[in-house]
Amino acid sequence: MLHTVNKSPFEDRTFETCLKFAQEGSTILLIEDGVYAAAKDTAVAMQVQHALKRVAIFALRPDIDARGMQNRVMDGVRLVDFEGFVDLVTAHRAVQSWF
Amino acid sequence: MKFGILVNEGPYTHAASDTAYQFVKAALAKGHEIYRVFFYHDGVNNGTRLTVPPQDDRNVVKRWSELAALHKLDLVVCIAAAQRRGLMDAAEAKRNGKDADNIAPGFRISGLGQLIEAGIQADRLVVFGG
Repeated sequence: MLHTVNKSPFEDRTFETCLKFAQEGSTILLIEDGVYAAAKDTAVAMQVQHALKRVAIFALRPDIDARGMQNRVMDGVRLVDFEGFVDLVTAHRAVQSWF
Repeated sequence: MKFGILVNEGPYTHAASDTAYQFVKAALAKGHEIYRVFFYHDGVNNGTRLTVPPQDDRNVVKRWSELAALHKLDLVVCIAAAQRRGLMDAAEAKRNGKDADNIAPGFRISGLGQLIEAGIQADRLVVFGG
């Protein structure tokens, strides 16, 4: 399953809820303000590092760029553009959007 | 692959409509089919032709209309959500005794069944915003 999260983990609990529900081997794509979860050295960084051991985490590059986070993305989080977003959707049987 | 798209958020709110638009464009560019884009809740506001955004800003509504014309997209606005928010086509305006309609080119008003059908017919349903 592909999960998308579009809210910042600092304003909303959707990212945390998503992590709780995401099964091992699933994929999470951070979009819009959700990309703040991909930043290094934040209050949720440890949680993300821990999650990376069981799920794949991607962030949408245009949203990272729009927020000036190009040099702040933590290791292990992979970046995709919209083409990559489309590919992630086709590669998973279903998409769950958390908002 | 066939995609169904659900947009739950109005234009210029956060970024859901923009993300949905860019996703649809990318999917079409990769040769996929967009079975339908369904606008629900505040998302129906993406379908009013009366928006006049600043000239140096993106025109969210016009962008959807143009993409629909170019790719024969089916842009469907939920009728119940539209009525609550004052979005109507000529027939709805007449039926409700209103003096004007405001639906943008390329959009049509229909029921929630169209979303269910998109969910059944499409290989993937992708939800944006809320």
